[in-house]
Amino acid sequence: MSKIVVLVEHSGGAAKRASLEALGAAKTLSGEVVAVVHGEGAAAVAGTLDASAAIALEGAGQSPDGLANDLASVVRDQGAKALLCAATGTGRDVMPRAAALLESTLFSDCTGLEAAGDGFRVTRPWLAGKLIATLESSAPVLCATLRRNTFAPADPGSATVTSADASTDFKAVLKEIAAKAADKLDVSEAPVVVSGGRGLQAAEHFSLLEDLAAAFGNAAVGASRAVVDAGWRPHGEQVGQTGKTVSPGLYIAVGISGQIQHSAGMKTSKVIVAINKDKDAPIFKIADYGLVGDAFEILPPLTEAVRAVRAEG
Amino acid sequence: MNLVACVKRVPTTDSEPAVGADGISIDPASLKYEASFYDPVALEQAVQIKEASGGEVTALSMGPGDTEKELRECLAKGADKAVLLKDDGWAARDALSTARALSAKATELGADLILCGRIATDRDNASVGPMMAALLGWACVSDVIELSVEGGKGLAKREGDEGIESYEFSLPAVITCQKGLVEPRYAGLKGIMAAKKKPIDTTDAPAAENQAKVVSLSPPPARPEGRIVGEGPGAVPALIEALRNEAKAL
Repeated sequence: MSKIVVLVEHSGGAAKRASLEALGAAKTLSGEVVAVVHGEGAAAVAGTLDASAAIALEGAGQSPDGLANDLASVVRDQGAKALLCAATGTGRDVMPRAAALLESTLFSDCTGLEAAGDGFRVTRPWLAGKLIATLESSAPVLCATLRRNTFAPADPGSATVTSADASTDFKAVLKEIAAKAADKLDVSEAPVVVSGGRGLQAAEHFSLLEDLAAAFGNAAVGASRAVVDAGWRPHGEQVGQTGKTVSPGLYIAVGISGQIQHSAGMKTSKVIVAINKDKDAPIFKIADYGLVGDAFEILPPLTEAVRAVRAEG
Repeated sequence: MNLVACVKRVPTTDSEPAVGADGISIDPASLKYEASFYDPVALEQAVQIKEASGGEVTALSMGPGDTEKELRECLAKGADKAVLLKDDGWAARDALSTARALSAKATELGADLILCGRIATDRDNASVGPMMAALLGWACVSDVIELSVEGGKGLAKREGDEGIESYEFSLPAVITCQKGLVEPRYAGLKGIMAAKKKPIDTTDAPAAENQAKVVSLSPPPARPEGRIVGEGPGAVPALIEALRNEAKAL
């Protein structure tokens, strides 16, 4: 089988789980997988990967156009037939550029990937998941970003690392990153998402959801479009077609009716819990567990119960 | 400054698309259309730059002839002219082919800055903007939440994985616009009347290339039947029990 290049991102000295999932997906397709790691500490991370070879791009800034150039060069040098990475913010920023440089289109946010004859077949959501499309690639290089929490991650390994100089010819120069609060999980990354909608009635009532998220310890707060449009919550927390698509292990929708724009963005969550006053709300149709009632009465005891379970370990 | 805002006609976000009889296309009867959610943000940003420092705004689209409706809206909201690459085969055109056609047209128009929405809310690839920049060898910042452009230089902020990233770049450039960058205006009566006199230049799009052939299209798999665990706070223990022992999600 043909060679596959995978961009592996890292944070805090370890490969990101989403990247390990992309690496795992590549390994199911090919015995020859080359990992590319960039940024400070790249070599150390590269050495922990289960790949045929790893390339550490040292000494570069984090310009997306520089990284795209480097990825396209690696693919050409290696004669690879596919370039994969996780559908992270960085992946979705860099991959269209790398794909264009390789005269290939991009398949974004794929949920399935398989070999088909000499080429590849991918599955990906259309219209934020209202439909699922299966597509056959005839691109010179299959370029794809892979949805998080969808593919099994690669095990740790000990790849042989080659260092390479990263491109320094940037068109857009990264001047600064204002780091976000370390304890704040992004809604698209968190294993648990607790989302609120108009049923919470006012911006200040989201403190009840923040308490529930804190009780979980690994949860992010999400929001429906209605409450983001009302200015109660920032757009970065919006789940749905005009916000983020999420696929956590547990999704709790509180006071969200479940219109199609919202459900399209969270329907692939493993377990869905809906809490809503209206027993006919559409959200109950996609929920595994429904609780009918007033969120203000239900959330405090639910938070206490989750805290107690977590305390047991 | 010569500003080109790219606009795409897509199904409305409240559409409930049905798969057509051929199994590989969407039944057009199940759809209504609108400009993609983030594109009015790109247009508004272009108009605001023009209002602050002069220039011209062109709304550029590739799509079926009906796209004139969305382009007319752009003209009513401040674009000076509109260009439509008429593409009746748009459904069989991939992101790269779209980027090639639009970037060629934008350079022909003499663009200094191309503005796109961060993602089109139909195919959800978020690719055409950054692809155009790569093809043209221009700078690109995606998902921009703050932008200033002056004297041929740009400063842009975007929300990255690790925090808010700040970039510096020189024009020409491509930016893709995130919600919140600017608030799109409504078209006033005056704008709507003025738009009737503004030109829409329609030409045939270059032949579609497609490296992404649809082999099947289906609704997402149905979720397993759920159940109501109870009513009110008294049902919390039943929910916890189900999440722990049944779903193993806690």
